[in-house]
Amino acid sequence: MSPSSKDRLLVWVLRACAGLSGAIVLLIAVFLVLESLPALRNVGFARFFSDPSWHPARYAADGAYNLAPMLAGTLLAMAGAVALATPLGFCAALFCHFYAPPGLARACRRLIELLAGIPSVVYGFWGLVTLVPLLNKVQPPGASLLAGILILALMILPTIALMADGALANVPAEYLRGAAALGLSRSATIVGVVFPAAKSGLFTGVILETGRAAGETMALLMVCGNVVQVPKSLFDPMRTLTANIALEMGYALGDHRSALFVSGLVLLALIVALAAAAEWLSKGRVYE
Amino acid sequence: MSRGRAADRLLALAVWVSVLAVAAVFFWILGSLLWSGMGRVTWAFLTTAPRDAGRAGGIGPILVSTLLILGVCMAVSLPLGLGAAVLLSEFAEAGSLFGRAVRRSLDVLAGVPSIVFGLFGTALFCQALGLGYSIFAGGLTLACMVLPILIRATEEGFRSAPSEYRRAAAALGMSRASALWHVLLPAAAPGLLVGLVLGMGRALAETAALLFTSGYVDRMPESLLDSARALSIHIYDLSMNVTGGDPNACATAVVLVALLLAVNGLAAWMTGRWLSRRVLPA
Amino acid sequence: MPRAFTLLGLLALAGCGAGVGTPNAKPATKADAAHAADGEKLEGKLVVTGSSTCAPLVAEIGKRFEQRHPGVRVDVQTGGSSRGVADPQTGIADLGMASRALKEDEARLVQAHTLALDGICVILNKANPVTELGDAQVAAIYTGKIGTWNEVGGSEAAITVVNKAEGRSTLELFLRYFELKSANVKASVVIGDNEQGLKTVAGNPDAIGYVSVGAAESAARSGAPIKLLPMNGVAATVENIRNGSFPLARPLNLVTLPNPTGLKKAFIEFALSKEVHDLIREQSFVPVE
Repeated sequence: MSPSSKDRLLVWVLRACAGLSGAIVLLIAVFLVLESLPALRNVGFARFFSDPSWHPARYAADGAYNLAPMLAGTLLAMAGAVALATPLGFCAALFCHFYAPPGLARACRRLIELLAGIPSVVYGFWGLVTLVPLLNKVQPPGASLLAGILILALMILPTIALMADGALANVPAEYLRGAAALGLSRSATIVGVVFPAAKSGLFTGVILETGRAAGETMALLMVCGNVVQVPKSLFDPMRTLTANIALEMGYALGDHRSALFVSGLVLLALIVALAAAAEWLSKGRVYE
Repeated sequence: MSRGRAADRLLALAVWVSVLAVAAVFFWILGSLLWSGMGRVTWAFLTTAPRDAGRAGGIGPILVSTLLILGVCMAVSLPLGLGAAVLLSEFAEAGSLFGRAVRRSLDVLAGVPSIVFGLFGTALFCQALGLGYSIFAGGLTLACMVLPILIRATEEGFRSAPSEYRRAAAALGMSRASALWHVLLPAAAPGLLVGLVLGMGRALAETAALLFTSGYVDRMPESLLDSARALSIHIYDLSMNVTGGDPNACATAVVLVALLLAVNGLAAWMTGRWLSRRVLPA
Repeated sequence: MPRAFTLLGLLALAGCGAGVGTPNAKPATKADAAHAADGEKLEGKLVVTGSSTCAPLVAEIGKRFEQRHPGVRVDVQTGGSSRGVADPQTGIADLGMASRALKEDEARLVQAHTLALDGICVILNKANPVTELGDAQVAAIYTGKIGTWNEVGGSEAAITVVNKAEGRSTLELFLRYFELKSANVKASVVIGDNEQGLKTVAGNPDAIGYVSVGAAESAARSGAPIKLLPMNGVAATVENIRNGSFPLARPLNLVTLPNPTGLKKAFIEFALSKEVHDLIREQSFVPVE
C-alpha cells in the first residue's frame, strides 16, 4: 500500500470511530423512542402529564401514568442541591486559593478529589443508615426531599469545587496584584475582580453539577422515600424520574415498561435542554 | 474601610466554616464506613464466594466479575475513543461540520444520566443483540458511558504534543499514519492513560447502568455471556434486599472505595507527572 | 496501528455475530438442549427470574443443585412476580418465581410448582408500644384516616406509612386482604424489596410496614429492632403459616410452561424435594409437606 492510500484508509477508520462515538447519543435517542412507542401509542403523550396519578399497569387502559410529580421531584432535588453545593464549592475553591496555607490547600484538594471518588451507592448506603434516621428524629419519615438534597449536594460538591478551583487558578496574577495595589480588601478583590474574571469557568462548573444532579439515581432511590407526589415541604418524601426507572424497571411489563422508557426520554430531553441552555448562555456572556 | 474589614471577616468565616463542614461530613462518612467494614476485609473475604445470599462468605467472584466488566468496557472504548480523539485533534476535520457535530454529541453524551445508559443497554445489547443479562452487555453499556471522558483526555494528550513533532515528521516524508503511530501516539500516551484511568474510575463506581444489563448473579463467571454482579450492585443488593446484609455491604464498600481511591490516586499522580514533564523544555 | 485495526475488525465481527441471533431471546437459555434422562449427566443453564421474596431461597437451592450436577448453572435474577409469570412465556427465562398463587388467566398459560409457604405480616419498630392492630385499624392507617399513633393506643407521634412500589405481589396481596385500592393508600415512604422495608421500620420508631413473614422473622432473629404484629389475632409465626391458621399466607411458586421437561423438570423435582427443606427453614419459610 502506498503511503497516501494508507493515509486515506486511516482517515476513514478514524472517521468511522468518531462517527460511531458521535452516533451513540443518536442511538440512545432512537432506542428510547422505539421502546417508548407502545406507551406513547396506547397511553398518549398528554396522559403522561394529565392522568390523576402514577399507577402504571401492563395494559394502558388499566393504569394511570402521570410523570409530572416525578419530574417536579427531579427538578426540586436538583435545584436544592445546586443551591446548596454551589456556595460550598465556591468557598472550598476560595479556601484553596486565598485562605489556606499551601500545605493545607493541597490537603483540601486531595480531600475533594477523594470525595469525588466515592461511588453513589456508598453515599446512598450512608444516607440510608445514618442520615435518614437522623432526619426522622426531627420530622418523620426522614426519607424526604431534604435527605435527597443533602446527599445530592454532597455528591455534586466535588464537581463544582474542582471546576471552580480550576477557574480560579486561571485568573491572571496581574489582576490580583492590581487589586492589591489599589488597596482593595480581600473580599472586594474576590467579589469584584476574581469572580468576574473566572465567570465562564465557574458557570461551566454550575452547569456540569446541575447535569450530574439531574441524572443521579441510586443515592436518591435509597434516601428519598419514593412516594410519587409533589412534596409540599422539605420533609415530604418524593420520587425522582431516575429513581422511578431503577425502582420499577425490573418489575415492569408491557405498557408499564414502555412508560419507563418515556421517563428516560424525558430525562434525556432535560439533559439536552440543559446543554443547549449552557451553550446559549455562555455565548451571550463571553462578550458581555 | 471598616465595612470592608467586616466583609473580609464574614467571607473568611463563611469559607472556613464551609470547608470544615465539608471535611467533617467526609470524615464522618469514611470513618463510619471504615469503623464497621474494615474489620471484615481479610484475604479470605476477598477470595471466597458469597454464601447465604451474601450475608456470609466473601466477594471473590464479584471482584472477578467487576474486573471482567471493566475489561470489556476498556477493550471496546479504548480503540474507539483513541480513533475519535485522533480525528478530532490531529485532522483538519475537527472544525468541519462533521467534527463539530461529533464533539457536540459527545458533550451531550457526557451528561446523559447513567440510568438512561442502563435503559439503552437493556434495549440494545440485552434484547436487540440478544446478549441477555451478561458481562458483555454490562461492559458495552459502560463503554458508551466512559467514551466522552476517554476522548476528552486523549484529545488533551494529542494537543499537548509539540507541533514541531508534526512538522519534523512531515519533513521526513513520513505518512500521516506512521507519524501518528511512531511519533504522536507516544507523545500523547500520558493523556490517553489519564483518560483510561478516569474512565475506569467512572465505570467502577457505576451501579444504575449495570442494574439491568449485567444482572445480579453472584457466581464466578465462566464466560462473557454469563450474568455477573459488580461490586456496586453487590453493595446495593446487600443493603436493600438482604436481611442482615449490612456488615458485608459495609466491607464491600470499603473494598470498592479503596479500589476507587487507588485508581483516582493513580490518575492524579499521572496527571502531575505528565504536567511536570510538559512544563520542562521538551 | 495494525493491532488496533485487528481489534476493531474483531469487534465488528463480534457485533455481527451477536446481531444475527434471534432478537428478544437470550441465547444463553440452553435448558432445552440438556438431557435429563435417568442416570444421564445433567448439563446446561437455567435462567430463573421473578419474585424478590423467592430469589434468595431459589439462589441457595440453585447452588446446592449445581453442587450435585457440576455441569449445570442456575442463574437467578430478581424482577417481581409478574415478571416471574411473564418471562417463561416469552422465553426470557426457563423458570419464573412468583410469591403468590397464579391468577385464573395465568393458570391457563403456565404451571405453578409450590416450593414453600410464606405469609405477609404487619411490622412495627420494637420501640412502639402498640402490640396489636385490628384489620380495620390497619386499613384506616393505610388510607390516612388514622394519622397518629395515639388513636390506636400509642404515642403522640405521626405514623410513617411504608408502602410497596407498584408491580410487587406483596402489595397486591396486602391490598386485596384489606380491601384497599392502590390509589387510596396514603404512603409516607415507598420501598422496593423486603429489606428496604425492614430497614425503614427498624430505623424509624413511628413506622408501620408490611413484609414477607420469612424476611421479617429472620431480621428479628438477627437483632433488627422490629416486631411482627398478629394478623386478625393470629400471631405471625412460621408455625401458624404451617398449620394454615394465618390469614395472609401465600405460596412461593416456581412457574413454568405446562409439563416441563429435561433440566427444568429435574430442577423443580429437586426444589420440591426434602433435600432442600433445611434451606427453606433457614430463610424462615415453610416447606410444603
